[in-house]
Amino acid sequence: MSIWEYANPKKFMQTSSRALPWVTGLAVVTLLVGLVWGFFFTPDDFRQGSTVKIIYIHVPSAMMAINAWAMMLVTSLIWLIRRHHVSVLAAKAAAPIGMTMTLIALFTGAIWGQPMWGTWWAWDPRLTSFLILFLFYLGYIALWEAVDDPDTAADLTSVLCLVGSVFALLSRYAVLFWNQGLHQGASLSLDKEEHVADVFAWPLWITMAGFVLLFVTLVLLRTRTEIRSRRLRALEARERMA
Amino acid sequence: MLALLLRDLRLATRAGGGFGLSLAFFLIVTVLVPFGVGPEGGILARIAPGILWVGALLACLLSLDRIFALDREDGSLDLLATAPIPLEGVVAVKALAHWLTTGLPLTLAAPVLGVLLNLPATGFAWLTLSLLLGTPALSVIGTFGAALTVGLKRGGLLLSLLVLPLYIPTLIFGAEAARRGSEGLATATPLLMLAGITAGAVAILPFASAAAIRVNLR
Repeated sequence: MSIWEYANPKKFMQTSSRALPWVTGLAVVTLLVGLVWGFFFTPDDFRQGSTVKIIYIHVPSAMMAINAWAMMLVTSLIWLIRRHHVSVLAAKAAAPIGMTMTLIALFTGAIWGQPMWGTWWAWDPRLTSFLILFLFYLGYIALWEAVDDPDTAADLTSVLCLVGSVFALLSRYAVLFWNQGLHQGASLSLDKEEHVADVFAWPLWITMAGFVLLFVTLVLLRTRTEIRSRRLRALEARERMA
Repeated sequence: MLALLLRDLRLATRAGGGFGLSLAFFLIVTVLVPFGVGPEGGILARIAPGILWVGALLACLLSLDRIFALDREDGSLDLLATAPIPLEGVVAVKALAHWLTTGLPLTLAAPVLGVLLNLPATGFAWLTLSLLLGTPALSVIGTFGAALTVGLKRGGLLLSLLVLPLYIPTLIFGAEAARRGSEGLATATPLLMLAGITAGAVAILPFASAAAIRVNLR
């Protein structure tokens, strides 16, 4: 019994079909609890009023936007080292989800920033590096779409993912440097623990868990779709040969 | 390897090689900027380092898809892949040839175009130095992008989408060094970072490019 058993798509399909209803259910429950609690049962912030409640979408989606890329990095590495087909398909499946999370984070950030900072967009390090992350997702997805042969596409996108990770990290620090002394930093630093008061923290933790579960659900679903469409292509190819 | 370098240089400089095209593009971009933002000297002087860096970057991008595409078409890329020198070396030489025919001319032309943009006199040396340090990174990163897209039918557009995000750190540090230099501030930090990026890219990316080419030739 080792984890490499799941390299077998059949095994993966069996396990994931059994796990999927549970994960989906858990995701729905945690998201419902977290969001309802967050939106309706927390007080308004004394400075920001009710706009603070967008935090329950903004922070978890921003977190998943980065974690999705980290997951793609790991699965791409596994593909390059072990030729684990399910792994690279999971990376392919995760990319559009990560991109969507990045977009959600950018949009909710803009909606939040307008009343708080008086601007939709600032060339702030945090914002800018997310925009760059979005560009990386775009390139990754475009490369998958552009290459016909699935194994070639998997290899090329994996290499791109590795190089992209290095440069994404580099961009993060480059952008920090670039902005020194030009703009003020984010006036709402969300990573600082003391910023989020206890009343807001619990629903935030729950929505974060909900977003993780949502991500897992979507990745499982999309990976299953990828495996099925690949089988379909194999069947079609066999039919054409016959 | 030297033979390969000379061959690439000859191909680039002969008629139809596209040599000089990126220089002309750089000139055009620089000329367009005053029309876009207005000819006022103060504004131009302030944005000149950034504009020149972006212009050089775009001009560099323009010539990237030539690096492998022509060799792929006439089959010499297959020969290079099976040649006794390692593919990583081939890629590095290709990147060097690209830098010699694109990055270096751009670097030399930038101060001249800086005059058009009213760049302060203190900025010329720093602009040249930052470009000299930064353009090798642009060539190597671009070679990686070209290696990824060499098998594709319409790779040019995809190439720019893949390469431009990778160019961002180089652009930030390069333009920052040139800007600080033109304003008379300390430039050591961005220049060191720029040199670091170039050294790292030169050290690592040929391997990634060679891997991508092997996949594409499979």
